[in-house]
Amino acid sequence: MKLLKDAHLLYINRIKRVCVHHVRSCSSIRFIKSKYACVFDKSAFNFSHQHRFFRTSAVSRGQIVQFKLSDIGEGITEVTVKEWYIKEGDSVSQFDSICEVQSDKASVTITSRYDGVIRKLHYNLDEIAYVGKPLVDIEIDASKGVAPEEDVVETPAMSHEEHTHQEIKGHKTLATPAVRRLAMENNIKLSEVIGTGKDNRILKEDILNFLAKQTGAILPPSPKAEIIAPLSKSETVPTAPKDKARKIPIPISRPIVFSGKDKTEPVTGFHKAMVKTMSAALKIPHFGYCDEIDLTHLVQLREELKPLAQSRGIKLSFMPFFIKAASLGLLQYPILNASLDESCQNVTYKASHNIGVAMDTEQGLIVPNVKNVQVSSIFEIASELNRLQALGSAGQLGTNDLTGGTFTLSNIGTIGGTYAKAVILPPEVAIGALGKIQVLPRFNGKGEVFKAQIMNVSWSADHRIIDGATMARFSNLWKSYLENPASMLLDLK
Amino acid sequence: MVLQSSFKSCLPLSCLLRTPRAGFGGTASGGLIIQSLSNDVYQNLAVEDWIHDHMNLENRHVLFLWRNSPAVVIGRHQNPWQECNLQLMRQKNIKLARRRSGGGTVYHDLGNINLTFFTARKKYERMENLKLVVKALKALRPQLNIHVTDRYDILLDGQYKISGTAAKLGRTTAYHHCTLLCNANKFLLSSVLKSPYKGLKSNATPSVPASVKNLFEEDPSLTCEMLLDAIAEEYATQHRIDHHITLIDPTDETVLPGINDKSKELQTWEWVYGKTPKFSVSTCFNMIYKDSVLDVKVDMDVKHGRIEACDIDLPQQWLPPALCSELVKSLTGSKFCPNETTALSSTLLRTCPQDYELHRKWNLLCENMTMLM
Repeated sequence: MKLLKDAHLLYINRIKRVCVHHVRSCSSIRFIKSKYACVFDKSAFNFSHQHRFFRTSAVSRGQIVQFKLSDIGEGITEVTVKEWYIKEGDSVSQFDSICEVQSDKASVTITSRYDGVIRKLHYNLDEIAYVGKPLVDIEIDASKGVAPEEDVVETPAMSHEEHTHQEIKGHKTLATPAVRRLAMENNIKLSEVIGTGKDNRILKEDILNFLAKQTGAILPPSPKAEIIAPLSKSETVPTAPKDKARKIPIPISRPIVFSGKDKTEPVTGFHKAMVKTMSAALKIPHFGYCDEIDLTHLVQLREELKPLAQSRGIKLSFMPFFIKAASLGLLQYPILNASLDESCQNVTYKASHNIGVAMDTEQGLIVPNVKNVQVSSIFEIASELNRLQALGSAGQLGTNDLTGGTFTLSNIGTIGGTYAKAVILPPEVAIGALGKIQVLPRFNGKGEVFKAQIMNVSWSADHRIIDGATMARFSNLWKSYLENPASMLLDLK
Repeated sequence: MVLQSSFKSCLPLSCLLRTPRAGFGGTASGGLIIQSLSNDVYQNLAVEDWIHDHMNLENRHVLFLWRNSPAVVIGRHQNPWQECNLQLMRQKNIKLARRRSGGGTVYHDLGNINLTFFTARKKYERMENLKLVVKALKALRPQLNIHVTDRYDILLDGQYKISGTAAKLGRTTAYHHCTLLCNANKFLLSSVLKSPYKGLKSNATPSVPASVKNLFEEDPSLTCEMLLDAIAEEYATQHRIDHHITLIDPTDETVLPGINDKSKELQTWEWVYGKTPKFSVSTCFNMIYKDSVLDVKVDMDVKHGRIEACDIDLPQQWLPPALCSELVKSLTGSKFCPNETTALSSTLLRTCPQDYELHRKWNLLCENMTMLM
């Protein structure tokens, strides 16, 4: 109790200081006469004591006000509570949304008239609430000096007055009573302050910033840790010009208060499934193999074929070439299109080359696959890719498109990057990550420098059944097909 | 058909925000008629939000005219699964939007016009607005037999609904909007607004189905433009302002700062589906697998659009029980959404034993589950 008494005395001292400077101290006097002597201005307390833990134990016993449901209009007397925006124990400021009620096709947002803490919700969801009856109980922090409003009576005449009251209160310069008080105490005209809150409402930070600019000093941080911007360099105390020895000004450390809060969300649905898959993937011993591909010829070829594909209604990218070349490579190295069973006892060589293409969608990483690439032409692969991409962006890929893959290519280069370390997607045993195509100088056979279109590829493979040599040979074959596209013609089936 | 020329222009809304348009006669209240250049339902709903949040309607009334490309718009507290045929909408590429006002579900297309009457909160008066609309229509076509019901619908010939109403009240402002059927696709309207769902229990606001008719059917010479013009004319007369329609672009940040964020929010899954009041699904379906028909019973509780609890009752041993419980565990907490479920189930399949039969069964079950969403 002594602590509280000290705090109370501190506050009275502060008020006395205030009273010296300001004529309008009637509100302060009103406070001292208040029944609730235990209430104290938290900011004053914190300034002198820095004992933050006292905040929790010193529960401010404010006044509990029953906030009644005000008139909706059109003679409506009852509404259904459809959604609560707050729960018991939450702090609210004046004008914050409290709940959403519905009456006969009209949805009404009820906002708080007070600053305070919600102590009781009088209705559950889908219950009928009555106009003029209590909606919530709010505990008002009496130090804020808010006199409880007159009770709202059901007659429309009263509500008109209430609206007028609100208009006078906050029409042009919207500010809560606490903010108005702070401005008044510091002799600030609200009209000179720029409001940064909703509806250009003036917030406490705006007053503090205004003051900081005026006095060049930072006021003590309030318990509701607000963001106080560090002063710009021009306002720091300059070093004395005669002190030439000290060339580097010593930075004055300022308390930077950040009010951001950590946000924790559960991992659900698709992400939960990815966690499981990736955890299983990491059990596979990966090894990597990277190389550089000169796509100069392929770029030219694609330019020639693009209009032809367009005339058939298909957009031709580089992927169909990469996919087909991979399939041709898999024909020579079928172990890369295999699957190892859980007990690592058997290897299954898959007959179909269902090559997966990693896609970045709203959900995250989705890998639809092109089925039976081994018997598809490049044009067919291109049209299938178009279909999958359209479905992917619409979020309508089906189970059949998303399952049954045997080998995957990830064209991360469309977003950026050169080399990557891709994670194998079980039950596959290999994956390739393609970097972006860059124009780089290279030497040709005659020792001359020429402009080359270079792309990097990074393969990852399951070292339990794939060895480095196999991967390297596959990569070389794939590379040769792409560097010299004409050679693909020899082996196309 | 030569239309009554109404002076339309694109003026920055910001200058109109500050200076109320005084009518001739020097009346204190100003009025403003605006029309959207966009047919995107989300952008247009965002304009409503913007005006509601930012415009000073102390002494001003605003009429907002808009039309949308095919979309279904549900009320603030409604359940889309209960109100419309989501599968059909996905097939036909019909958008789903949730508005902030209450009321029931409507179908919009370019043959339907939307009118929003913005006023200060204390001047909120729906009946007056609807009477204005009726007056305008009668001035255009005196032979129309239309009247306003006490449910705030407008009926044609005493039985066909041509207009539905909804409203939103905020702290200082309010708006009342309504539809008006000129020549909408009635066939699509009735098929899309019929939900095939059975076994859904919810406290969401239900829609009241009604027989509808297009004004076009009554008088084929009527077009949407004529109706919009007539209503704007009547509004201008009643508020004693010029018959001047200001065109606005709902993507222009200079005129409507912050509007694009509002449109984006209206398109998020969390708003459209996540705001559905808590509901439960109790249904069963048949699966045909290799000459046998299987009965599957599914029970789910959905809150904020996410599956809170899930129970799948399958014939014994059809799927290994461990796998089945894995599916149930993964679905719990997941969005009640077909894409999410498909992505989830195909990803989970990667960690299952590689058995062709097993994969087929799993895919069959998951496909049926997604049909429920």
